[in-house]
Amino acid sequence: MKAPSPHTAKTATGIAALLKTAFINALVALVLFSLMVGIRTEAGASGQLTYWTRFGDLASLVAAVFGGSIVIELLRQWIGPTGAENLVPPAVKSGVSFIGRYLAPALLIFTLLVPVIFYNQRYILDLAILVLTYVMLGWGLNVVVGLAGLLDLGYVAFYAVGAYSYGLLATNFGWSFWICLPLAGILAAFWGVLLGFPVLRLRGDYLAIVTLAFGEIIRLVIINWQDLTGGPNGVSGIPRPSFFGIPLDNSDDGLAARLGIEYSPTHRIIFLFYLILALALLTNWATIRLRRLPIGRAWEALREDEVACRALGINTTTTKLTAFATGAMFGGFAGAFFATRQGFISPESFTFQESALVLAIVVLGGMGSQLGVALSALAMIGGFELFRSLETYRMLVFGMAMVLIMIWRPRGLIGHRAPTVYLTKAKAISSDLVKEGHG
Amino acid sequence: MDYFTQQLINGLVLGSIYGLIAIGYTMVYGIVGMINFAHGDVFMIGGFIALITFLILISLGLTAIPLILLVVLLVSMAITALYGWTIERIAYRPLRHSFRLAPMLSAIGMSFVLTNYSQVAQGARVKPIPPFITGGYTLHESADGFVIQLSNIQIMVVVTTIVLLALFTWLVSKTRLGRDMRACEQDQTMAALLGVDVDRTISMTFVIGAALAAVAGLMYLLYYGLVDFFMGFVAGIKAFTAAVLGGIGSLPGAMLGGLAIGLIETFWSAYFSVEYKDVAAFSILIVVLIFMPTGLLGRPEVEKV
Repeated sequence: MKAPSPHTAKTATGIAALLKTAFINALVALVLFSLMVGIRTEAGASGQLTYWTRFGDLASLVAAVFGGSIVIELLRQWIGPTGAENLVPPAVKSGVSFIGRYLAPALLIFTLLVPVIFYNQRYILDLAILVLTYVMLGWGLNVVVGLAGLLDLGYVAFYAVGAYSYGLLATNFGWSFWICLPLAGILAAFWGVLLGFPVLRLRGDYLAIVTLAFGEIIRLVIINWQDLTGGPNGVSGIPRPSFFGIPLDNSDDGLAARLGIEYSPTHRIIFLFYLILALALLTNWATIRLRRLPIGRAWEALREDEVACRALGINTTTTKLTAFATGAMFGGFAGAFFATRQGFISPESFTFQESALVLAIVVLGGMGSQLGVALSALAMIGGFELFRSLETYRMLVFGMAMVLIMIWRPRGLIGHRAPTVYLTKAKAISSDLVKEGHG
Repeated sequence: MDYFTQQLINGLVLGSIYGLIAIGYTMVYGIVGMINFAHGDVFMIGGFIALITFLILISLGLTAIPLILLVVLLVSMAITALYGWTIERIAYRPLRHSFRLAPMLSAIGMSFVLTNYSQVAQGARVKPIPPFITGGYTLHESADGFVIQLSNIQIMVVVTTIVLLALFTWLVSKTRLGRDMRACEQDQTMAALLGVDVDRTISMTFVIGAALAAVAGLMYLLYYGLVDFFMGFVAGIKAFTAAVLGGIGSLPGAMLGGLAIGLIETFWSAYFSVEYKDVAAFSILIVVLIFMPTGLLGRPEVEKV
């Protein structure tokens, strides 16, 4: 006699439970969306509010929630309660790690060749420059968040400081990009230290809110200090970068004329591409090198355990300040580049959404992982481009993706970088040496 | 002096609204230990729901203002509370034992979802309503013609806040739910062992916080006569500042912090510059955290290794 398969029994009761869950979810959705979606308000011409109903949209949303929760429940039963971790068989995992080893060099070579492959496709080159800007910002923030474990929600402030440093110095004093670039980095680093001081004693969430407030203060000051920054109108007419003093234009002493080749506006785009690539690689190289220095080790130790860090005699003050300053400096470089690429900057480019976007790139890429950050910047900015036609839904999808990815893989999509050095094996300590017995 | 008194009144009213939002932050932080970043947007949703309910009730032909207000208050509290419950269920509960940045990031994502959801659903333009509660009292008229006004809506905001606060204090200190909440705040594992339903208690915390935020949203709508989809962000940060200023985790602290922030902001606008009022509020946050990381009424945090 064969016992009835527990699987079928489970499915039989499962269907009733499934429908019940879906029904409750749909009911909740109905109440949630009833007023917000079912009724649409708009101020009329005379300022009087009018409204009209959209019950069709409401019904389809509720139906979508009903269907969606059935699908999710089925998927959950099908995959099993163990979650996504076991989805990937070990063979695939080792294959992925094999690919992972060669992915970084392959990606780098491909990136170097992008202007050659897509020489005449302005759109792709512009997008590539944008992606690289975010890769650089991600790598810069990675120093603060990924290595030192300090949650910074106001990173865009340093980006703004860099951009405005170059924009204002170039338009007011006519300084060249190559003088302003280090200055922008230094000024941003200075602001990083300035922010670092008050937050030295804070940890975790408090730190996040203070950095957020700092970012907002910088933005509000930029908006309101109209004499200096032009307020909401921004700074326009920021000079384009030159090839180390040789302008990239159609003139007689331009680079094209000097090299004896025909001038093309693409030259400047390609120059910008390699410029941001060089800056991003500089960030990456500096981070990798710093990680091996005592300061980098101290950052990682700080991330793992601040109390232990202090107990071991690491100066947490300088450790935190250098992390903030280093991260801010790279943000400043990226900002100067942004200013010279756009030729126009305004406070609108430096909202909290930018900070959150960069932070999302770092976290989704797996904090501390350089390759992960680069890949997630590519995915994120590329994804944004795909949704460009759906302008209003873009941030909605972005927010949902952030929530779902946090639920699905809170440690990031690509991976998490463990400390560079750690004890592999616990050592037994003689009970003579410890108060409580064996350690 | 008259000008000062007038600003004092305005500041207290604004502070009451901030205080109501701040309670939501401080409760959630006390129990779950996370910053519910989406709470400011829950406040915004509350304002929108109040607005829509107003429109429907008026178009149905209701004229009795107290009845309208009561219905709007209840509907907006109920639906917004459901929003709070759903948000906790979807975005925070799965992450309860995750690493410490995960709920924070999930909350930021949720905040984007709510902001853009209401932008998509209700449009980006500011929604004004005609003033419902008019009239007021002239408290004092000085020789040079300056009049101290106390409008009915200001009285209503303050009275509602006081009533809700009393109700809420009773809830936390005397009822079963309040005891459960305090137990969970101290030690979730121990509370669970003693038969407290931790999940339910945390859900109820979000529900109550959202309901209070809905009241704040309604008050904001009545006081300023408008809502827009972006108002949750700045109000949220300021309310969080209030919660921190009062000492996070402390309920009277949240109210006190809210009043302080409201007063600072109003006086700054009145005597220095309107443009920099937000800068002033945020600077206060930074200064408080440097010199008094535990806030006005907070307990010092014990560092455990």
